[in-house]
Amino acid sequence: MTPIFVLAEHRRGQIRDITFEMLTKARELAQKTNAELTAVLCGKDVQEHAKTLSEYSNRVLLVDDAKLENFNAQAYQIVLSNLIKEHKPLITLVGHTSFGIDLAPSLAVSLGLPLATDCIELAFETGTLTVTRQMYGGKVNATAVLNKAESYIVTVRQATFPAEKAASVGDVIEVPSPISEDITQKLFIEYLLPPPGGVDITAADVLIGVGRGIKDESEIPQLEQLAKALGGALACSRPIVDKGWLPNDRQVGSSGKTVKPKLYLALGISGAFQHVLGMKSSDLIIAVNKDKNAPIFSVADYGVVEDLFKLVPPLTAKVNELRG
Amino acid sequence: MDVIVCVKHVPETAEAEIKIDATEKSIEKSGLVFDINEWDDYALEEAVQIKEKHGGTVTAITIGPEDADSTLRKCLARGADNAIRLTDPKFEGSDSYAIAKILHKAVKDLPFNILLTGALAGDDGYTATGPILATLLGISHVTMVKKIGLNGDLVKVNRELEGGLEEQVEVKLPAVLTIQTGINEPRYVSIMGIRKAMQKEIKVLGLAEIGLGENEVGEAGSWIRIKKMYVPPVEKQAEFLDGNPEEVAGKIADIIKARGLV
Repeated sequence: MTPIFVLAEHRRGQIRDITFEMLTKARELAQKTNAELTAVLCGKDVQEHAKTLSEYSNRVLLVDDAKLENFNAQAYQIVLSNLIKEHKPLITLVGHTSFGIDLAPSLAVSLGLPLATDCIELAFETGTLTVTRQMYGGKVNATAVLNKAESYIVTVRQATFPAEKAASVGDVIEVPSPISEDITQKLFIEYLLPPPGGVDITAADVLIGVGRGIKDESEIPQLEQLAKALGGALACSRPIVDKGWLPNDRQVGSSGKTVKPKLYLALGISGAFQHVLGMKSSDLIIAVNKDKNAPIFSVADYGVVEDLFKLVPPLTAKVNELRG
Repeated sequence: MDVIVCVKHVPETAEAEIKIDATEKSIEKSGLVFDINEWDDYALEEAVQIKEKHGGTVTAITIGPEDADSTLRKCLARGADNAIRLTDPKFEGSDSYAIAKILHKAVKDLPFNILLTGALAGDDGYTATGPILATLLGISHVTMVKKIGLNGDLVKVNRELEGGLEEQVEVKLPAVLTIQTGINEPRYVSIMGIRKAMQKEIKVLGLAEIGLGENEVGEAGSWIRIKKMYVPPVEKQAEFLDGNPEEVAGKIADIIKARGLV
């Protein structure tokens, strides 16, 4: 039976959510194409992970090697190349994550297989692989087809598909590691944890999230004022941290923190997927943006199409009034 | 230390309203402001900082029609020594694979120690051109780079992972590093600087000059072809609060009061 491969992603002892999301989506593909859903797990002493993955797949191919302890694109590529050549999967799904981005493109080139990245939907239609991707920061969707090939590589966006266990538990099959020589091109040295301290935005009941609509650092204090009036804290999207206007412990999103306050007031945030991922579970979301088509308005409960700086002064005054 | 930086001339769309054009395979470009891709802007700054610290040259390369010269002029004004624009009508429709093949032909015979480019482009977001190019060149790559530490022919780099975590890895030079935003503070370009850069030469090369066939570029040379673009359907829409700022502020205050948040 032709397999569908899903590369399991794990870090510091934990299987990452994207793995289960891909397995769930791949199960649907496997049912439609009569393929065998196969999780590929590389690591060192990861039998527990293999057991967990077997609850989501028909079988788990486990490659245990000390050289696979931490993710290393070079080492992973050797393993994946071997397995893909041997098993000829219909498709290999890899997370569109920092790990997947480092691995999938060179894997595709070296195997001569077509690659589609950051996909939010994929399906085989009359033998052709069709994918949906987002462009222009999520403002446009594009459906695209891949060149016909005997196998494909696709990276899948995080938090796009649900994660559900399979009806039955699959087998775990140990495969000998094909890595014979030392990994010398790329060496993993260490993980660097974010520095402790600062404001804990995950603990705040009210968050003011600010984004690209802020044009100058001098505009930050009046937003701090509003946050203070609301008894909350100031958080932000990536561009504000990139500019150095707020420290990175204030960043909400896939490369920052996931927050779930009672109120998230998004000011000048367009709502790129990466940011939305970190705040969409907030109890109440109010968004202010100049562009009425900004994606943030499909996440928000209430929306205001307005220049945020016209709204902030009267809003701060009203809130202060309420507080007496 | 010779550095090549690959940059893309893209429309700024973060705060603009976007419309799909009549072909349904592209967006309406008129009225949009084009500039250097945000990630490439940081890559350019990193390239110039490496030159300032370690000597050598910076060569900026882009693919695109004549309009893209303005992005190359920006690179020259910011400290690049050379600029190359690769252009051909046949390049239209290229995905990251075709783009990497074009860049590969252009850079393979140039001397360089490090090749930098943005981790992704804000328009198509493939996040793949850099590592594909590295693989075609047969050299190492590191993606999502937040810090570069050069040490002889080795480079220690911090990569951004998810959730505020980073990892440090080491690769041998030459290597391709794809740069994440926030790695540095891109410098301001003065009008004088841009004027001076206007006098510098931009080398322009076409399909035949770089030695690629028609079928190796554009849609024919790509892995993936766009069939249709559309504005994502709105699954849920916020309830819009109308009125002047004073009125809207009152409505917001009422909502948060009703929720017991003040």
